[in-house]
Amino acid sequence: MSVTTAPAWRPARQEPGWLVRLFEYKPFLVFACLLPAVGLLMVFLTYPLGLGIFLAFTDTTIGRRGIWVGLENFQYLLEDPLWWNAVFYSVFYTAVATVGKFALGLWLALLLNNHMPFKSLLRAIILLPWIVPTVLSAIAFWWIYDPQFSIISFLLVDVLGWRTTNIDFLGSAWPARFSLIAANIWRGIPFVAISLLAGLQTISPSLYEAALLDGSSAWQRFRYITFPMLLPILAIVMTFSIIFTFTDFQLVYAITRGGPVNSTHLLATLAFQRGIPGGQLGEGAAIAVSMIPFLVFATLFSYFGLARRKWQQGEGND
Amino acid sequence: MANVAFRNVRKAFGPVEVLHGVDVDIEDGEFVVLVGPSGCGKSTLLRMLAGLENITAGDITIGNRVVNQVPPKDRDIAMVFQNYALYPHMTVFDNMAFSMKLAKAPKAVMESEVARAAKILGLEQLLQRYPRQLSGGQRQRVAMGRAIVRNPQVFLFDEPLSNLDAKLRVQMRAEIKELHQRLKVTTVYVTHDQIEAMTMADKIVVMNSGNVEQAGRPLELYDTPANLFVAGFIGSPAMNLIPGRVGSGGFEAAGGAVLPLPPGASAAAGTYGIRPEHFRLDPNGLQARVQLVEPTGSETQVFVRLADTLMSCAFRERITAGPGDIIGISPDLSLVHLFDSGTGQRLAA
Ligand SMILES: Nc1ncnc2c1ncn2[C@@H]1O[C@H](COP(=O)(O)OP(=O)(O)OP(=O)(O)O)[C@@H](O)[C@H]1O
Ligand SMILES: [Mg+2]
Repeated sequence: MSVTTAPAWRPARQEPGWLVRLFEYKPFLVFACLLPAVGLLMVFLTYPLGLGIFLAFTDTTIGRRGIWVGLENFQYLLEDPLWWNAVFYSVFYTAVATVGKFALGLWLALLLNNHMPFKSLLRAIILLPWIVPTVLSAIAFWWIYDPQFSIISFLLVDVLGWRTTNIDFLGSAWPARFSLIAANIWRGIPFVAISLLAGLQTISPSLYEAALLDGSSAWQRFRYITFPMLLPILAIVMTFSIIFTFTDFQLVYAITRGGPVNSTHLLATLAFQRGIPGGQLGEGAAIAVSMIPFLVFATLFSYFGLARRKWQQGEGND
Repeated sequence: MANVAFRNVRKAFGPVEVLHGVDVDIEDGEFVVLVGPSGCGKSTLLRMLAGLENITAGDITIGNRVVNQVPPKDRDIAMVFQNYALYPHMTVFDNMAFSMKLAKAPKAVMESEVARAAKILGLEQLLQRYPRQLSGGQRQRVAMGRAIVRNPQVFLFDEPLSNLDAKLRVQMRAEIKELHQRLKVTTVYVTHDQIEAMTMADKIVVMNSGNVEQAGRPLELYDTPANLFVAGFIGSPAMNLIPGRVGSGGFEAAGGAVLPLPPGASAAAGTYGIRPEHFRLDPNGLQARVQLVEPTGSETQVFVRLADTLMSCAFRERITAGPGDIIGISPDLSLVHLFDSGTGQRLAA
């Protein structure tokens, strides 16, 4: 009788190919995974930013490669009343619009945080101004502010009879400035309201019940519970909002193009005006670069001034 | 301090009625525990007393004053929430002083009141911490401190110990009880843990699906449960409730066993109730087969089968018998409860 021994079976264990080994090598994997993101950032962010900063130190114009001029562009800007005008209006525009957006946005968020009928429908409606492309809403505002066909003038003059003449929204400096701020507030409210609403919903209702039993009034509950607990989110939303507002371009350019008599130029529109239609690429870039310190300051202020609170620092135990 | 009364209190959420007419009297300084299974309406009743839910029908009185329309802050009550509801952005001191701050109390008063409460609860070292820097038991104590500084007429607790581990729970149970003995404030305490109820209460109110099943002193409920629900709910390990009917030789259980009846037992009995600890070992008693033996140290719990009837027994003696062995047991006839076959009410023996 012959004994046949079955060959011991082993799970096939192939030597991994070089490609597999390469991808199992961690540094390479990290490099490979980061490559697309880094590449995109380099091409679309770092390169334009770097080029912009470089141009700011040259006297490049359209069609002529410039030479390095050091800080000459910036020295020139400091003596340029239009630049100072734009600095003033950018700061003013940002400050007033931010206050308006946050006052109205917080109010809306508090309203929407209550139980009310058609809540989700209302929330969707609130988002509308943000969903509509800026240029479209800018055109709508252009009509609203039109000296002849303005619906506001129509209401005040023809329907209500409170005025005898149409309002000239965009014809002179201060009305134009405030009209733009109103448009910016309208557009910015949804972002603020929805973000703050999300923040409000993280506050446990039992805190309000505890405060109710502790004898608080509605205002005290807002002052001592809602507001302090909302501060961290408020800080982040405000940082973003300030950055978006300070660098705004579309609304102003579509409605007034910086007019009348350059009174509503923001730094962004002035930079574009100088650089592209004006052809002074170096100078335009310098104006754009001059926004950076303001932005850094605003970011640092709202971040350190508002964001971190001791009660939420570090890891919690739950 | 004040007495509290519920008079035919009803609560409906939309079309669903969750409390069907609750009547409870709570005396001044009494420690009352509301106990019942999950969803029976304990928290709802407590929140109605606090003023956090409105009252659909009936009256709630505090100190003989009907408070149905009185807003929470004017009811002079303090509540400890299940999740403690500490203000996360305030220190322990500020949490405890918050009610006084709202009332614009002078700073010196605030400090002395908080110091008094902190001393009672052993929180002196923690006053400058934030809630997230505290352990569960410490948070629990801060929540109690916040209630104590208010000097309220009534304390309300909604399952305050359910987030703590077993050991801490026993410790906090004793602390709350001691606190009550010291302050003598009327207290309403909600729990679904019947041991907590038995150990802490002056009076237990057993609730089941929106009704009060029985209210009384803990041992009263243990000794004379009003009905099947209370009999099964109070006591651990739970009472044996054996369905069957009264026959000529004793109680004929549905499983086939025949159990001895106390003299003068009513023929209406449909359920035979006997607590595990009221069996004793008796070689001449019922011969039952051991299914499972669970020694807990102080006593031994034995599950036995008699014909097809399963019962649990608890003995102080150590048991040597193992599964499959036969032991003789006999119930203490003076402690047998019989329940009406129709209504489930206890039949007075
Ligand atoms: N806001 C509400 N809307 C609708 N139904 C509710 C509401 N609050 C509670 N209920 C219902 O009322 C009943 C009682 O709830 P309650 O919270 O009082 O129970 P409980 O006895 O405290 O239970 P647990 O021990 O689980 O806390 C439940 O059936 C619950 O579904
Ligand atoms: Mg509850």
